[in-house]
Amino acid sequence: MIPSYVPPKYKVEVDPNKCMLCERCTIECSWGVHRREGDRIISYSNRCGACHRCVAMCPRDAITIKENAVSWRSHPLWDIDARADIYNQAKTGCILLSGMANAKDHPIYFDKIVLDACQVTNPSIDPLREPMELRTYIGKKPKQLEFEFVEEEIDGKKIKKAKLKTKIAPNLKLDTPIMIAHMSYGALSLNAHLSFAKAVKECGTFMGTGEGGLPKALYPYADHIITQVASGRFGVNEEYLMKGAAIEIKIGQGAKPGIGGHLPGEKVTAEISATRMIPEGSDAISPAPHHDIYSIEDLAQLVRSLKEATRWKKPVFVKIAAVHNAPAIAVGIATSDADAVVIDGYKGGTGAAPKVFRDHVGIPIEMAIAAVDQRLREEGLRNEISIIASGGIRCAADVFKAIALGADAVYIGTAAMVALGCRVCGRCYTGLCAWGIATQRPELVKRLDPEVGARRVANLIKAWTHEIKELLGAAGINSIESLRGNRDRLRGVGLNEKELEVLGIKLAGE
Amino acid sequence: MCGIIGFMSRKKRMIKGDKIALALDSLKERGNGKGSGYVGYGIYPTKYKDCYAFHILIDNTPKFEKIKVEVENVLEQYGTIVKDEEIPTEDGIIEKTQIPWRYFYEVDEKYADREEDVVVDIVMEINDKVDGAFVISSGKDLGVFKAVGWPNEVAEFYRIDKYEGYMWLAHARYPTNTKAWWGGAHPFNLLNWSVVHNGEITSYGTNKRFVEMFGYKCRLLTDTEVVAYILDLLMRKHKIPVEYALSALAPRFWDEIDKMPEEERELHTAIRLAYGGAMLNGPFAIAVGTPHGLIFMNGDIEKDTTMFGLTDRIKLRPLIAAEKDDMIFISSEESAIRRICPDLDRVWMPDAGMPVIARPWK
Ligand code: SF4
Ligand code: SF4
Repeated sequence: MIPSYVPPKYKVEVDPNKCMLCERCTIECSWGVHRREGDRIISYSNRCGACHRCVAMCPRDAITIKENAVSWRSHPLWDIDARADIYNQAKTGCILLSGMANAKDHPIYFDKIVLDACQVTNPSIDPLREPMELRTYIGKKPKQLEFEFVEEEIDGKKIKKAKLKTKIAPNLKLDTPIMIAHMSYGALSLNAHLSFAKAVKECGTFMGTGEGGLPKALYPYADHIITQVASGRFGVNEEYLMKGAAIEIKIGQGAKPGIGGHLPGEKVTAEISATRMIPEGSDAISPAPHHDIYSIEDLAQLVRSLKEATRWKKPVFVKIAAVHNAPAIAVGIATSDADAVVIDGYKGGTGAAPKVFRDHVGIPIEMAIAAVDQRLREEGLRNEISIIASGGIRCAADVFKAIALGADAVYIGTAAMVALGCRVCGRCYTGLCAWGIATQRPELVKRLDPEVGARRVANLIKAWTHEIKELLGAAGINSIESLRGNRDRLRGVGLNEKELEVLGIKLAGE
Repeated sequence: MCGIIGFMSRKKRMIKGDKIALALDSLKERGNGKGSGYVGYGIYPTKYKDCYAFHILIDNTPKFEKIKVEVENVLEQYGTIVKDEEIPTEDGIIEKTQIPWRYFYEVDEKYADREEDVVVDIVMEINDKVDGAFVISSGKDLGVFKAVGWPNEVAEFYRIDKYEGYMWLAHARYPTNTKAWWGGAHPFNLLNWSVVHNGEITSYGTNKRFVEMFGYKCRLLTDTEVVAYILDLLMRKHKIPVEYALSALAPRFWDEIDKMPEEERELHTAIRLAYGGAMLNGPFAIAVGTPHGLIFMNGDIEKDTTMFGLTDRIKLRPLIAAEKDDMIFISSEESAIRRICPDLDRVWMPDAGMPVIARPWK
């Protein structure tokens, strides 16, 4: 065996003065870091990914995890990561896999945008005392309303009355502009999905199934679930399409634009095999392209066939990864009968992606929203289609900024997982998630209580919703419609002229 | 701050401009001398009644003649200038940084089917492309007069007392967002829509980008401009009945919509879905004048005068309405109304977000 040259990333220490040898850590750590040897706990630091499960569960607070201070010769170009990746690939000859979001030190544009607030002349609004409306409808909107005038007899008098002629297409009604992103059953545990489903139902919003189909246990929540049709078409049949509130076609994903997905056979349990409609234990591979979509016309056909299959009752979304020509694609999507375009930025999370994709492919969501919104407006189409943004939304301010840049609503993925306890350790692809989130092992899955999980996720969504209301009030706005695309309320700090131009915002002080 | 006052005779009696000037003077306190303006409807009743009356502000610089030629080049592309002249003004009252010019204008026959769209295009083209010139009114038989100055100064400067109209709106400005300049004073006009506004539109960024999608260009550096364009889009182009169009500007709250009977609920939901970008947010009270072209609830195309007032949904700015015989008044303050009509039949404060719509007597 070729030895690994990479020293452990973390150092795990158990304080023998505090430890009472309960062995809880040896059970809690699904990666086998801890082992009892005689009257000591021995820790194998090289297995640790800093998931903190043992730290959180140790009754004696005896465990510390630090970044391993082994010195590497410092070098501005050959940083530790670059060298560690080479050692790993020299050892295995494989593509490097990684989980969660882009780990490169690229600028986070959300953090270089500040919000405006009211002072004196335009009073701020107190959301505790005045109505603050966050209700959002996702779906097709008419270009204009048409009325017809009909004669009606009211109290013996003939009166011409204006009646609405336009029929509004089915839209999803969101009580808050925050939805939970598509993460597949398979990648995530059933208890993680149940937590999300209960939370979105409580909050009046929606979650995505991801490409893993819809497990039966989620049927009671189906009117708050958006089903996904990805290139693998796992679990897609009429019942599945009819069950959900809307359908999302996944073309691409922010964390790995241009490639498909892979769920290893060992994760395909009996329950997952039934949901995905594939044999137990077989690898579930979604190809990079949909093999029936090689042009925008093909996409339009799929949109229409899904609409036909669901009697034109379900909105159909199309999700693409944020790439440089996203605006042009979005225009194509807008003219394809689709109801919403989902743009997933390159800081979006993933269960597993080749590291080279996760860290190097795609563009920031902030730029993509701004460019897509602008382009749809130039084409006069913005009003007819909704924009959903995802990929790296971390807090209420990010949601607010995304909407002011032009989104209708956002999807949160990693944030919702963090609410469940995820530590962003980035090892979801191993299937050993110690928090019971990204795993199918029954003993790990049961660590996540769906009731508790739902409470935590619902709390998070509600907390952000309150914060968005406060931010709106401070901006003197009492309805989310007036925030959408309202870039006047944003200012850039530390951005160059070109960046400001793409974002369509002014510099602070202007 | 800012003060607005408007009145209309439902019998279409002609009223001299000194009345509106006097009323606006009472609202002096609400401005700071940085902008005042008037619009009179019915002021060109004689031979130019059917011409578009373009009031254009041209920079008073050595480039004046050059700019004027550029303006005329735009106009001549689409029709005929029947007459043009400098709008008569009184010297020595305010600093004349702009020269107000008026053109009585006929749109070419070949554009007959989309005459008003052509006028809108002309306004956008001049405002956008001609450096140093801004169209401040473009309707028929009406005119906007505005400048940087106190209400009485601007009235005197333009000799407002020499004009007679059946409807007048006026505004005293206290600019808080953008610099004071002639074009930024109110009223803002497009075709026959004239808007005076007290407040700040916190949704301006959204509204501006919404109307831009339909070809309007916001170039006058003040949030109120966008209101005139939204009204033109909703009522003239999309033919939305006035009550519903105003409901797009200040929609019913979802709580109220949810409680409505089904048909009404669908209608108000549709308005919010289709025209969310037209919703005005922030503190506002607006008064709008228009002499024709509305489709009202009864389905008939009205060719008569209308004036309406509207506040934001939580009424952060004042608006008072009053009546006396054939006269209807809208103002920021009752005192301004009483200054010209001390004895009123009825005075009321419209509910938040509820429009007051006044139409002529048939
Ligand atoms: S969980 Fe804590 S107390 Fe228990 S064995 Fe591990 S280190 Fe010791
Ligand atoms: S889901 Fe689990 S494995 Fe994945 S990053 Fe979070 S804690 Fe780690």
